[in-house]
Amino acid sequence: MTAVAAVLTAAPRKRREWVYFLCLGILAVAVAAAVLAPWIMPYDPDATSFDAIYLPPGPAHWLGTDQLGRDLLSRIISGARSTLLGSIVLLALATALGVLIGLTAAWYRGWVDTLLARITDVMFAFPGLLFVIMIIAVFDSGTVTAVIGMGLAYAPVIAKFTRAIALEELARPYVDSYRLQGAGGLELSARYVLPNMVPTLLGYLVVLFGDGLMSLATLNFLGFGSQPPSSDWGLMVEEGRAGVIQGILGPALVPGLTIAIVVVATNVVGVRLSDKLAVRR
Amino acid sequence: MLALLRRLGAMVLTLVVSSFVIFAGMYAAPGDPLTFLIKNPEDRTPDRVAAVRAEYHLDDSFLQQYLSWAKDVLHGDLGTSFVYKQPVADLMGTRLPITLTLVAMAALMFIVIGVGLGIVSALKRGSAVDSSITGVTTFLTSIPNFVVALVLVSVFAVQLRWFEVSGDGEGFAGRLYHLTLPSIALAIGALAVVSRVTRQTMVEQQSLEHVDVARSFGLSSRKIIWRHVLRNSLGPVVTMCGLIIASMLAGTVVIESVFGLSGVGSMLVDSINAHDFPVVQAILLFMVVAYMTVTIVVDVLYPLIDPRTRERSEAA
Repeated sequence: MTAVAAVLTAAPRKRREWVYFLCLGILAVAVAAAVLAPWIMPYDPDATSFDAIYLPPGPAHWLGTDQLGRDLLSRIISGARSTLLGSIVLLALATALGVLIGLTAAWYRGWVDTLLARITDVMFAFPGLLFVIMIIAVFDSGTVTAVIGMGLAYAPVIAKFTRAIALEELARPYVDSYRLQGAGGLELSARYVLPNMVPTLLGYLVVLFGDGLMSLATLNFLGFGSQPPSSDWGLMVEEGRAGVIQGILGPALVPGLTIAIVVVATNVVGVRLSDKLAVRR
Repeated sequence: MLALLRRLGAMVLTLVVSSFVIFAGMYAAPGDPLTFLIKNPEDRTPDRVAAVRAEYHLDDSFLQQYLSWAKDVLHGDLGTSFVYKQPVADLMGTRLPITLTLVAMAALMFIVIGVGLGIVSALKRGSAVDSSITGVTTFLTSIPNFVVALVLVSVFAVQLRWFEVSGDGEGFAGRLYHLTLPSIALAIGALAVVSRVTRQTMVEQQSLEHVDVARSFGLSSRKIIWRHVLRNSLGPVVTMCGLIIASMLAGTVVIESVFGLSGVGSMLVDSINAHDFPVVQAILLFMVVAYMTVTIVVDVLYPLIDPRTRERSEAA
């Protein structure tokens, strides 16, 4: 999952303004749907209707209905809430932990750095989602476990990135001059070094947000995260799978493609932001 | 040589710590293992409970349990499944071939296609072909692999009926046939990274002096590309491919579940849901070991592929 972020941020690209604005628009729509969900949903997302099972898209149900006759558009809109919120919480947790670890390692160097590097090494020894899957095996499936587990899994990635840019930042002359004025490590890091790193971090975090959304959806798809009747997008794909075998593709593909579109949009915006904001370096 | 030993030492240490983390996790899991071991409450007579506790060493201290588990694992005994009451090693043995075949097929696909696309990109640098290869592969990477898998099933298995929707297939040819869609789904996400790395290293190599010299000597551009540019680009490409193959083992968890393949990945999901901890432990450990083995093999291979790094690592 890290390799993807690294490649995306290092990608050679041309300036295509309209793609960037299109993606920004897609994200705005997703966020608006999540915020306004209770007011814009045409139906109750959990209301089953046995007269309306597997309806194709039509004027009454714009995206059709699922195996229980629930309106897919309403479920996508209400699912935007839990899907986006879950990804935001996991990223916030990972960022808080990762930045703390990365800054501490860069500031103290020496054995603290080595120890933190060893701990993150052990976490890197678990490929892909395996670390989160282990946490779920221990603490049982559920949204909270999945989000916290993912937050822990992403922390080392952010720690590594933070440490690298913090080392660069700490080598700058202004740090020495503040140090001479008697600023302590904590004050200096929090008040001067961290704000200077925010632009570089921000673009990276946006790309990671897409990555996290994708991984969280994967966990939900495997049944390790949100449980029915949640309309989390990953879980919707899982529930829609039963229809695929019968040739009814909507209930699985609508949420699946929604995830894909949002992740692609996030990546485009993230790459663009890191380009724009990190020019100074 | 010394660098390699240090690398091996670090790997063993990480392995020990990871195995400890895996074991401790399962040990700390809430819930009494007895409830999973004796399903029927009427069977919970004191004699039966004592027998089961003795059989699974539930009365030993944590450290004792870890050490005896680790010792057994080193002897090839991965414990007994709570659910199937069979040795975990046997259960994994029947499922490993599917997972390994799946990864091998996916690896073959992403290496051939990914490196191929990378070469085309590098040779046509800056052209429409180059940017569309970058665009399309990056786009494909951004789609979760379970969505890719479902789209493939919808189009090629349900609509066109070229492939079966699920199942492992009989015999070697049947197996390959059944694993075609799953391995495509597994490989697609890797194309962007591989083609990008290939393109990048080739572009760097092309601008080096010895390539200019070769060109000034009148060597055909085909010869220059194959013998000088591509040959010298192999190092980073092989490393990247190795890392991707290593992490693909974990990717099989998702793909095997979508396609209903009975490999090790889907077994992990099933055992987690069934609280079959010995199996979960064994599969997690297997995936970590496999991941680390592949990464270290790549490290060892690197100086063989690229002799220039040999002196450097010896000097360091």
